[in-house]
Amino acid sequence: MTHLPWSAQFIHLAAAVLLLLSFAMLTQRRILSLLDLFATQGAVLAASTAIVAYSSGRAELYYSAALTFALKVLLLPYILHRLLRRLNVRWEAEPLLNVPTTLLVGLLLVIFAFALAQPISQLATTLTRSTLGIAIAVVMLSLLMMITRRKAVSQVVGFLALENGLFFAATSATYGMPMVVELGIALDVLVGVLILGVFFFQIREQFDSLDLRHLEALKEE
Amino acid sequence: MELPILLVLPLFGALLLAVFGAWRRAGEINVAVSLATFVASALLTLRVIRSGPFTALGEQFFVDPFNVFLVALTAFVSFTTALFSRPYMRIEAEHGRVNARRLRLYHAMYQSFVFTMLLALCTNNLGILWVAMEGATLATVLLVSLYRTPASLEAAWKYFILCGVGIAQALFGTILLYLAAEKALGAGGVQALLWTHLDQVKSQLEPTVLGLAFVFLLVGYGTKAGLAPVHNWLPDAHAEGPTPISAVLSGLLLNVALYAIVRSKVLVEGALHNSLAGHLLMGFGLVSVVVGAFSLWRQKDIKRLFAYSSIEHMGLAAFAFGLGGPVANFAALLHMTVHSLTKSSIFFAAGHAAQKAGSQWIDQISGLLLRSPRLGWGLMLGSLAILGMPPFGVFASEFLILTTAMKQSPWATPILLSALGMAFAAIFLRVQGMVFGDSRLPRLPHPPALLPVFVHLALVLLLGLYIPPPLAEWYRLAARFIG
Amino acid sequence: MNAANLLAQIVVVALAVAAAPLFMAWVGQCRAWLANRRGPGLLQPYRVLRKLFHKDAVLATRASSLFRIAPYVQFGAMACAAAIIPLLGTDLPFATAADAIALVGLFAVARVFLALAAMDIGTAFGSLGARREMLVGFLAEPALLMVFFTASLIAHGTALPAMATAITGHPLAIYPSLAFAAVAFLMVLLAENARIPVDNPATHLELTMIHEAMVLEYSARHLALIEWSAALKLFNYCAIGFALFLPWGLPDRVGSGMLAALPVVALKFAAAGAGLALLETVSAKMRIFRAPEFLATAFLLAVLGLLVRLLLGS
Repeated sequence: MTHLPWSAQFIHLAAAVLLLLSFAMLTQRRILSLLDLFATQGAVLAASTAIVAYSSGRAELYYSAALTFALKVLLLPYILHRLLRRLNVRWEAEPLLNVPTTLLVGLLLVIFAFALAQPISQLATTLTRSTLGIAIAVVMLSLLMMITRRKAVSQVVGFLALENGLFFAATSATYGMPMVVELGIALDVLVGVLILGVFFFQIREQFDSLDLRHLEALKEE
Repeated sequence: MELPILLVLPLFGALLLAVFGAWRRAGEINVAVSLATFVASALLTLRVIRSGPFTALGEQFFVDPFNVFLVALTAFVSFTTALFSRPYMRIEAEHGRVNARRLRLYHAMYQSFVFTMLLALCTNNLGILWVAMEGATLATVLLVSLYRTPASLEAAWKYFILCGVGIAQALFGTILLYLAAEKALGAGGVQALLWTHLDQVKSQLEPTVLGLAFVFLLVGYGTKAGLAPVHNWLPDAHAEGPTPISAVLSGLLLNVALYAIVRSKVLVEGALHNSLAGHLLMGFGLVSVVVGAFSLWRQKDIKRLFAYSSIEHMGLAAFAFGLGGPVANFAALLHMTVHSLTKSSIFFAAGHAAQKAGSQWIDQISGLLLRSPRLGWGLMLGSLAILGMPPFGVFASEFLILTTAMKQSPWATPILLSALGMAFAAIFLRVQGMVFGDSRLPRLPHPPALLPVFVHLALVLLLGLYIPPPLAEWYRLAARFIG
Repeated sequence: MNAANLLAQIVVVALAVAAAPLFMAWVGQCRAWLANRRGPGLLQPYRVLRKLFHKDAVLATRASSLFRIAPYVQFGAMACAAAIIPLLGTDLPFATAADAIALVGLFAVARVFLALAAMDIGTAFGSLGARREMLVGFLAEPALLMVFFTASLIAHGTALPAMATAITGHPLAIYPSLAFAAVAFLMVLLAENARIPVDNPATHLELTMIHEAMVLEYSARHLALIEWSAALKLFNYCAIGFALFLPWGLPDRVGSGMLAALPVVALKFAAAGAGLALLETVSAKMRIFRAPEFLATAFLLAVLGLLVRLLLGS
């Protein structure tokens, strides 16, 4: 067994925790706890980015980590918390799949993601390339979460978790995208959440609930 | 110098209209800003024609024959749509469907949308391209739900989630591209996402990674381009939003998304040394043509009808790009141009027709010719143009695509022909019912702006009869550029 | 296998059998303290066992011989398991005789006999408990196997002593996969030993009990053996946990090192008992229908550990 340096071990640990958090989010039915899990995911992401910055000696990754922390641990959860308080949403409606089935599907997705990442991570030159599979798995689990949830808020958290997965993919496979792109992505995410906030109120005003079952009228007959 | 002006103008317009958007003259400001943008794009075009491709602002921006023609088209269509939207939104306001706040939102977001489109076209950085495409979704999502009806909220939600998820796939594709580029261009390079640099080293890029990246990019940007089977947001968003937005979504956003796909295809084709990318694009295109044509038969809503027609035409253009080669690329570029012009003019006419009838249902609209002959003829001619009747430009491009297909992949020709035939019958049948017959339609409080409709149709007619040599040369250059 | 080794092995098994009720009593004592009670003292299980052994056994008229031999089979299986698990050293002769998978098999044998015996009499509660026990076992067993597989990937072998030395034999490193496996193992341990939150060992409320429902018909020496083997099972599970996740302090050859290891092992058990008591005090028993979710999570964690190990090599 080759012995990895400590930084790589910590990043592996962060990757494993991210994966675990994705599963926790997949099964969490209380929306407030879901937000906490999302914030934790952001914190782990920021920490792993900082470790990558330290081990690769790239200063701009520190900014990236700080940006992640500010956006995904502080700002977005704060905005969403405020929204939830004002909208008074607490519980997820019964999800479309029961928990064991969701977990099983999730496991299959993880296996698929690992298989998908195998050829790519062999080509990457970074020390942490093997975490790419976990990044893809996080993306897929977030997609699964979006599919199985009925509340608008949880779908959005799923969407943001998906973005977390992509961000982790970028740091683990390539040491992060160029700064200007990262800034642009962060801006898009922030604006997106603000717009969705407006949107929640519009939906609630119209339907008296944030349940997406109301939004199933437009179909091809 | 033209480039920064071109980009700053709509941004400035957005800020201005965010403040004054509810003002009585906001429509005129919108038109003025759009006109200035169009002039700037014309100057930029002249410069490219005179001195060829160039990069600007530390290579972050890049203009070549391929994107400059889309820049000109985008600026032009956004200008004419602004012309159309002035009376249209005024009528909507008088019907009580929008209030002052929403009007301000509408105007500010309209200019932001134009900005993101121009940014996506001009940027040399594939990451910024992604950011701009996502920005375009964000700018338009609140416009789709402008009327706050249950259906429009649903359409906007679907639009946001589907395009958001789709575009996330494209981000992953971009990351993979960056991963491959870092190997070829050296680690940590700011240049590693610049298209011009990637284009130079494309044959050294890792084929496995690029193949995978292209699949993600195609699915991601394909969602925005409305390619089947990831097109579900498109008819809803087109039908439920205000008509000027339907016109720019169909006329501009779809083109720009297709542009992003073609840009990535150039790189992937260079790296892969096989026609995987082309075949994928052809497959998606063909499926879109067939799905679009068959769905036309079930439509009862006029804007949905033409939204499905957009899916069909985007599929056709994607198919042509997938075929590759100078002729097919030429045809695809021409098709993008004429489709954009024709479809926006149809939406203008359809929007006014729906305003008159107070409903978008096809069976509620009848006898347009009796009540408003110009509107009726506008819709009729526009439909004939989009269906590919001979004197119009769509005929020329479709003819070129079909003949090339017959030469290069004959198996696809019968599928395309029968789908086009289906589409013809479906649309013609419905448009005939709306244009002819008795009329019970009331008068509109403001005269509709039909100038843009006929300007667009005249241009399409011109392109069908005679492509001016500089334009033809330009298409040829761009087509060669795409390879 | 020389005589000294054999002797050491026998002493270790005897020690395990003797100490198991003590450990059970320690957990109970800690729970009592945490609930602000005084508790019955550490010798209470021994008193109960003595009392039960002195009583005359009462058997149902329709009880078959299966009902009578089941307690002996269960006790024997647990004693065998105690011989396989490296409790006080990694070099004991029986430890190499069977691997982790055989261990899972031994536990399964015990479970099957107990469940069959519970259904043998034909009372409602017996078969109810048996069915529930099989449900739990059916879900817990794959999770346990996955835990073993994860550990065996690190150790390159399924023998328990090899797993125990794998971690101590390398320089210190972070193993996220083992952390996942450890949590999964803890969940399996709770479910398999009828602890809160899956089952409550102290309950006599018929509708919620699992383990107790199966042994309602037993009395006297049979009941004593069943109680004893339940204690031994918990003891064994903890010993497996130490071997997999906390293998420090185990001597690698038979001899006086084992005596020195004794206090370390005792300390580990004391800590584990206190931790278990704390866990049981702070959590509430869940509905029986939630048990599949609980165990599915354990299985998931174990598989994730396996996958993480395969992908990251850590």
